[in-house]
Amino acid sequence: MTNAFNTEAARALGGPDWLRDRRVAAVDRLLDTQFPTSSEEIWRYSRIDDLDLTAYRPLTDIEMGAPGDEPVPGGGPVAAEVGERAGLVVVRDGRVVRHEVDERLATQGVRVCDLATCDLDDVRDWLGATSDASSDYFTVLHDAFLAGGACIIVPDGVVLERPIVVLHWADLEGVASFPHTLVVAGAGSEVAVVERHGSPNIDHLAIGVTEVVVGDNAHVRHLCVQEHGSKTVSIMLQRSHLGRDATLRSSAVALGGHYSRLRVESFLGGERAESDLLAVYFGDRDQMHDFRTLQDHAAPRTRSELLFKGAVEDTARSVYSGMIHLRTDAQKSQAYQTNRNLVLTEGAGAESIPNLEIEADDVRCSHASTVGPIDDDQLYYLETRGVHPKDAERLIVLGFFEDVFAKLPVPSLAGALRRAVHEKVGHLHGAVDNG
Amino acid sequence: MSTLVIQDLHVRVSGLDILRGVNLEIASGEVHALMGPNGSGKSTLSHALMGREGYEVTQGSVTIDGEELIGQPTWLRSRAGLFLSHQYPVEVPGVRILDLLEVAADVDEVAVQEEALRIGVAAEFLDRGVNVEFSGGEQKRAETLQLALLRPKFAILDEVDSGLDVDALRDVARRIEMMTSESKLGVLAITHYSRLLTVLRPDRVHVFIEGRVIKSGGPELADELERTGYEIGEL
Repeated sequence: MTNAFNTEAARALGGPDWLRDRRVAAVDRLLDTQFPTSSEEIWRYSRIDDLDLTAYRPLTDIEMGAPGDEPVPGGGPVAAEVGERAGLVVVRDGRVVRHEVDERLATQGVRVCDLATCDLDDVRDWLGATSDASSDYFTVLHDAFLAGGACIIVPDGVVLERPIVVLHWADLEGVASFPHTLVVAGAGSEVAVVERHGSPNIDHLAIGVTEVVVGDNAHVRHLCVQEHGSKTVSIMLQRSHLGRDATLRSSAVALGGHYSRLRVESFLGGERAESDLLAVYFGDRDQMHDFRTLQDHAAPRTRSELLFKGAVEDTARSVYSGMIHLRTDAQKSQAYQTNRNLVLTEGAGAESIPNLEIEADDVRCSHASTVGPIDDDQLYYLETRGVHPKDAERLIVLGFFEDVFAKLPVPSLAGALRRAVHEKVGHLHGAVDNG
Repeated sequence: MSTLVIQDLHVRVSGLDILRGVNLEIASGEVHALMGPNGSGKSTLSHALMGREGYEVTQGSVTIDGEELIGQPTWLRSRAGLFLSHQYPVEVPGVRILDLLEVAADVDEVAVQEEALRIGVAAEFLDRGVNVEFSGGEQKRAETLQLALLRPKFAILDEVDSGLDVDALRDVARRIEMMTSESKLGVLAITHYSRLLTVLRPDRVHVFIEGRVIKSGGPELADELERTGYEIGEL
């Protein structure tokens, strides 16, 4: 445990007393928590052994963003791509610097705010209720320095037609930030949330938690786009709890970061709950994208379907390790898991490890995983049409991701994300062309 | 007016000599049928002409209007005016016909839709990845759609008549026939049945056995083959 992440530093961060007490308690827990190593299965193939916490320090109260201190006024390009929205939260260096919500929705009780200053006392109970069910060293560290974050509360029965945008931005060298997004969708409500995590090209450590509570018969769509700078290390947990007849369509797009780890966990706790989990990831240069997923079925007639697709080029690596857990109460449930990887260059590599743990006897369950290069026959086919091999490769890679793009919960962003992938496939060839 | 000339073409695949001195000359607007039994090297010829990896040309030349194609990459052979209608068109998920024609030849969506109507490709197939879950007939219609839009000088039809029903065969053959007269497309139709040739009338028929043309003649040769089989090759 490094000295910079200590009780005094945690206490000194501003905010309400309850949040400070929560932080100090977490620092105490941290002292009893072992820093992980790659010898643990859940960290296998990861870059955890390269992570030196002493290279970072927590933000001080004064360094945190101040209200109105937005990196880009109006939310920048991501918010613009989303189009019309119902609300916006901008978090800069650990503090909410702007939050707004459609007035009509505000009168219906919708909150789009800072969890440190939210007027609903319930927030204190919701905060951590989902992530605590899967805590590790980094969620505890996160809690120890959590001074604020995005808080989205949708009351029972309220339907939001436009998405809510959450922008997490960190721009300080050598520090750690702790982005938090809490989404609580009340019974029968509907909401879409787009989260974007970004940083410039600086040494930065982002330890994030996103909690999504989907109430009975509520419907949540969630899109998380990670576009960190190439030196940022990002370690994140994204966990959802679903009630009876609830549905979640959750997707992650990971393009940036030096080492970017995302745990995606969905707990289907209510009968007939349904979870669709999607991801697109693309690593180049020496990036590593590392996914650990859990589809946890604890009620009858639940359904989950996971589709994660990734590509690696240059010397980039990716890891996918997924678990389907069908508990004894999950009779008549269905769970599917598919992970496909394209390895575009010889120096790149992808690991794919699907797992099943089945305790119920009347379930349907399947998993599939592939790792391989672009199919030569596909390349040849396109080339016989006069398509240059580089363009053919780009078309095939984009086509490979297309089924995930087509299912993105916020379709208006698909175009921008396709372009981002297109540029990624382009860069390698550009580099080769220039010698 | 263009000419495709294949001269003394020898091709080795996986260490085996498959083509052993192929000679053919096709002019714009002409339809040549290349008929031969399974394993005679017909498909090898089509891929060797397109420059597929693994098809090693050990001798000979292939030119369009004097321009040598051997040694050029596949995509440049296509741009030089050579088209291959694949026997087994490969599925390319997420890449629509429009996507690849846009990149290859600046073809726009309206042109694709118009041609789709002509050749009988349903709109739903245009929205899918090319060949993904296409039936045999849809595959060959889609190949012909691309042929019509790319407007090559010469088209190699590799078993265009396999795996499709009578209606699709008629539509495809008629469309190609039309191109031979309207845009003077030259055609090398590789087949081992003569049913294609009842609609797409060949000017010349070549019997292809063990990697070379052993006999050439007019359309009547196709009928003869239908009656006698490839025994004729032994004559």
